[in-house]
Amino acid sequence: MSKKTTSAGIIRKASLSHTIKMELRNNWLLFLMLLPAIVYVIIFAYWPMSGVVLAFKDFKTRLGIYNSPWVGMQNFKFLQISGKLGLLTRNTLLYNLAFIFLGVVLEMGFAIILNEVIGRRFKKGLQTVMFLPYFISWVVVSAIMFNMFNYEKGTINNMLNSLGMPRFDLYNSGSSWPLVLIIVNAWKKTGYGMVVYLAAITGLDQEIFEAASIDGANIWQKTRHITIPSLVPQMMILVLLALGNVFRGDFGMFYQTVKDNSNLLPYTDILDTYVYRSLMQTGDIGMSAAAGLYQSVLCFVTICAANLLVKKLQPDYALF
Amino acid sequence: MKKATVSPKGTVSSPHHRFSRRTLTTDVLLFNGIGYALLILFALLCVIPFYLVVISSFQAENVLIREGFPLYIKEFSTASYGLVLKAPESILRAYGVTILVTAAGTLVSVFINTMTGYVLSRKDFKARNFFSFFFFFTTLFSGGLVPWYIICVRYLNLKNTIFALILPMLFSVWNMIIAKSFMSSLPMAITESAKIDGANDFRIYIRLIVPLSTPLIATLSLFSALAYWNDWYNCMLYITKTDMYNLQYYLQTMLNNADAIRKAASMSNGAVTSSAQVPLEGMKMAMTVVATGPIVLLYPFVQRYFVKGLTIGAVKG
Repeated sequence: MSKKTTSAGIIRKASLSHTIKMELRNNWLLFLMLLPAIVYVIIFAYWPMSGVVLAFKDFKTRLGIYNSPWVGMQNFKFLQISGKLGLLTRNTLLYNLAFIFLGVVLEMGFAIILNEVIGRRFKKGLQTVMFLPYFISWVVVSAIMFNMFNYEKGTINNMLNSLGMPRFDLYNSGSSWPLVLIIVNAWKKTGYGMVVYLAAITGLDQEIFEAASIDGANIWQKTRHITIPSLVPQMMILVLLALGNVFRGDFGMFYQTVKDNSNLLPYTDILDTYVYRSLMQTGDIGMSAAAGLYQSVLCFVTICAANLLVKKLQPDYALF
Repeated sequence: MKKATVSPKGTVSSPHHRFSRRTLTTDVLLFNGIGYALLILFALLCVIPFYLVVISSFQAENVLIREGFPLYIKEFSTASYGLVLKAPESILRAYGVTILVTAAGTLVSVFINTMTGYVLSRKDFKARNFFSFFFFFTTLFSGGLVPWYIICVRYLNLKNTIFALILPMLFSVWNMIIAKSFMSSLPMAITESAKIDGANDFRIYIRLIVPLSTPLIATLSLFSALAYWNDWYNCMLYITKTDMYNLQYYLQTMLNNADAIRKAASMSNGAVTSSAQVPLEGMKMAMTVVATGPIVLLYPFVQRYFVKGLTIGAVKG
C-alpha cells in the first residue's frame, strides 16, 4: 500500500468514528429502541455461537464451557467411529428433499385448482379446512396417530381386522416410516404453504388470461401455458430457499411421531433428533456438540450457496 | 414480486373465475370436477383424524376396550371427560401456565419485533444496514442446541423458571423482517412531519406507526400466540417440576406415560383403582380434545390474518 491510501484511510477512519459519534448523539433514542433486540441476540444467538468450542472439549459441568479441557478432534473421531454421521446426514437430506418436492407439487397444484374452480363460498370453506392441521401442535398429531395406528385399538387396524386383513404394526415396521412421515408432513403443511402460491396467482396479470380465452384457449391450456410458467420463478425461489435449509430437520415432527421406538431410528433419526438425544438422554455432550457444529456448518454452507444461486437468477429475492 | 391483493375476508380472490362461469364449456366442467374431487379428498383427510379423536373421547369405555377406537359413536358417554375434569387441578394449572406464557410472550414479542422493525425501516437511520445484518446473520449460523442449552441452564439459570418458556421465542428475526418490510411501505412523510412537530422517535412509533400497523400487529400476534400456545419443546428442555408444565407438555406426558394417566385417573376416583378399570384410551382422547379445543375453535376466525401475514411476509423488503 502506498502512503497516499494509508493517509486517506486514516481520514476515512476518523470521519467514520466521527459519524458514529454524531449518529449516537442525534439518534440516541433509535439506538435505545434497538437495545432490547441487540441484547437478546447477543445473549441467545452470539453467545451460544462462542459455545461451539464445546465440540472440541470434554465438557465438565463444574468447569463450564470455557474452562473445560480441550480434547482436539476426539469428539468428531468418536462420532465418526459410531458410524452414524452418514446415516443421519442422509436421512435429514432425503426427508427434506422429499418434503420439498411433494410440497411444491401439492401446494402449487391445490393453489391452481382452488383459484380456478367455481363456487366462492364452498372453496373458501375448503381452504379453511385444509388450514386446520397447521394450527395444532405435534403433540396433538402424536395423539391422532395413536388413535389411528395403535396396534390393538387403532381405527385403521380395526378396519383392516373387520375386512379380514392382518393388523399393521406401524411402530415395528421401520421401512414404512419414510412414507408415513412424508404424508404427515404434507398433511400438516400443505394448507399453509398453498397460500403463498395463491397470492402469487392473484398477482398475475389477468389480461393475459382474458386474451388467451378470446383466442380460444381452454382451461387446461391456460393452466399449462400461462399459470404454471408464471409461477415458476416464484417456485424456484421458494425451492432454493428451502434447499438452503436442507440439513435442518423439523425436530417436533420426528420427535413426537417416532417417540421412544428406538427400533425405528435407522429410518427416522435425523441430525436434530440425534443431537437432542445425545444431549438429554445419553448425556454424550461432546458428541452432541460435535454433531451440532457439523450441522451448523453444513447449513451455513448450503444457505450461502442457495442464496448465491438466487442472486444470480433473481437478485431481488436474494436473502443478503 | 407484485404485491398480491388479499380480500378482507382472507381468501385470495380470483378475478378470472368470473368469466369462466359465463362459459361453462366441457373443459371448465371437467376441470371443476377433477379439481373438486381432489380438494374434497384432501379436505376430508384433514378433518377425519380430528373427527376420530372427538368420537373416541365420547365413546363408552367398554366399547373402547372391546372394539378399540371406532368410526362412529356406538355408546355415548362423557365418562372420559368426567375423569379428566374430576381432579382438574393439574390440567387447570397447565392451562394457567400456557395462558400466562402466551399472553406475556406475545405482548412483549410483538412489541420488540415491531419496535426493532420500525427502527430498521427508518431510511434516515445510517446504521440500519449494519444492524440488519447483525440480526440476519443469526439465521445463517447458529451455535446449535448444546451451547444454547448449557448457557440457558448453567449461566442464565433458566431451569424451572417461567422465563424458560417465554425467552427462547421472544425475538424472531423473521417476524422482525416482516415488520420492517411492512413499515417500509408506510409513507416516510409521517415520521418526517412528526419530527418537525417535535415528537421523539419512540413517541412516533407508539402514537403514529403502531396504530397504522394493525394488520401487521394482528398477524405477528397470531404467529407468536400460536407458537407459544403449541410449545412443548422448551418445557421438555427446561421444566422438570410437574406443576410448571404447560398444556402441550402436560398432554405429552399423559399420552406417553401410562403411569401418569393412571395416577391422574386414580386421583380423581379418590381411591387407587386397578389399571384395567381406568379408561386410559378414552381419557387420552378426552385430554387431547381439552388441550386442543380453544385453538381449533378460534382458528376459522384468525385464519385470514395468517393468510394476510404470509402475503406480507412474501414481499421481501
